[in-house]
Amino acid sequence: MSVTKKFMYLNRRPPYGTIYAWESLEVVLIGAAFEQDVSLAFLDDGVYQIIKGQDTSGIDMKNFSPTYSALGDYEVTKLYVERESLEERGLTVDDLMPLTWEDEAEDWAEKDSIQLISRAELAKLMDEQDVLFSF
Amino acid sequence: MKFAIQINEGPYQHQAADSAYLFTKAALEKGHEIFRVFFYHDGVGNSTRLTTPPQDDRHIVNRWAALAEQYNLDLVVCVAAAQRRGMVDDGEAERNRKDATNIHPKFRISGLGQLIEAAVQSDRLMVFGD
Amino acid sequence: MSILHTVNKSPFEKSSLQSCIAHASEGSALLLYEDGVYAATKGTSVSDLVAGVAGVKLYVLGPDLKARGMQEERLIDGVTVVDYTGFVDLAAEYDKVVAWV
Repeated sequence: MSVTKKFMYLNRRPPYGTIYAWESLEVVLIGAAFEQDVSLAFLDDGVYQIIKGQDTSGIDMKNFSPTYSALGDYEVTKLYVERESLEERGLTVDDLMPLTWEDEAEDWAEKDSIQLISRAELAKLMDEQDVLFSF
Repeated sequence: MKFAIQINEGPYQHQAADSAYLFTKAALEKGHEIFRVFFYHDGVGNSTRLTTPPQDDRHIVNRWAALAEQYNLDLVVCVAAAQRRGMVDDGEAERNRKDATNIHPKFRISGLGQLIEAAVQSDRLMVFGD
Repeated sequence: MSILHTVNKSPFEKSSLQSCIAHASEGSALLLYEDGVYAATKGTSVSDLVAGVAGVKLYVLGPDLKARGMQEERLIDGVTVVDYTGFVDLAAEYDKVVAWV
């Protein structure tokens, strides 16, 4: 498959209440092997997926939040978080897990994967994609 | 035009499975190609051959199977989602030592890569969910 | 590079419609289907939001509307009724589809 497409995964659901967030992350991990131009968008309740300090020990479910930290190793480095969605939920970027990737082109310099963008900027990014996944 | 169809919900509980079917059928009748139908999340439940709806209700599983027969559709059930939810074909039964199978022969179990490939190869990805 | 947005949720239960509209650029289209069709009717608390969307073409899936006993005269002005074939045509006409599930 030689075509490279711009893939965006839309994350709009919170974790644990339903399995959508976890199973969509599984798609992202598998999809990374296909070498497409991948980005993830966190908007609406999706921003709750990457809140730091998640502890599922009391609900007998797997805490899958550490998996987001591994995305950089899969060369998934563009995580767009919508500012308005954070604000509507009383959150700031400091409430999110620090997610980073290492840039081989710059001697493995550590860079932030999370890019805080406005709703209007996200709308524009969506327009630029080839495929948008929803789960 | 080539379409990929992704179905996130099981039969009967959500209309998503019905909408996906009616969309797929309309697309085929219009002469479009359906590259693949991919069943994910609870959508894997659309593939059980053990479904027995009341006689006056639609048979969602057989309906897909008949469409697959007519148009040679590739109906793919995600293996990871299927394993979680007890959806088993012969191969999976052998691998995981299960004493029964429930997947309709017109469906096949495969990996998530099949969804990605469908999205790469198709002109449009249609997602039906809740 | 225009998008066909689809919304299948009642706007009175979930915020998918509101979120979709907030992200819909001029030149895109919105198809309401399943429980989303209620958003296409007049005199609701979201009618002004739906009717006021600038530069976005509005469509509703007729079979879903009919199934729910919603007559076409209830529709907000400017909403076009399509059937499943029309849904397919829209998906083909626009460059990509975003499902606000």
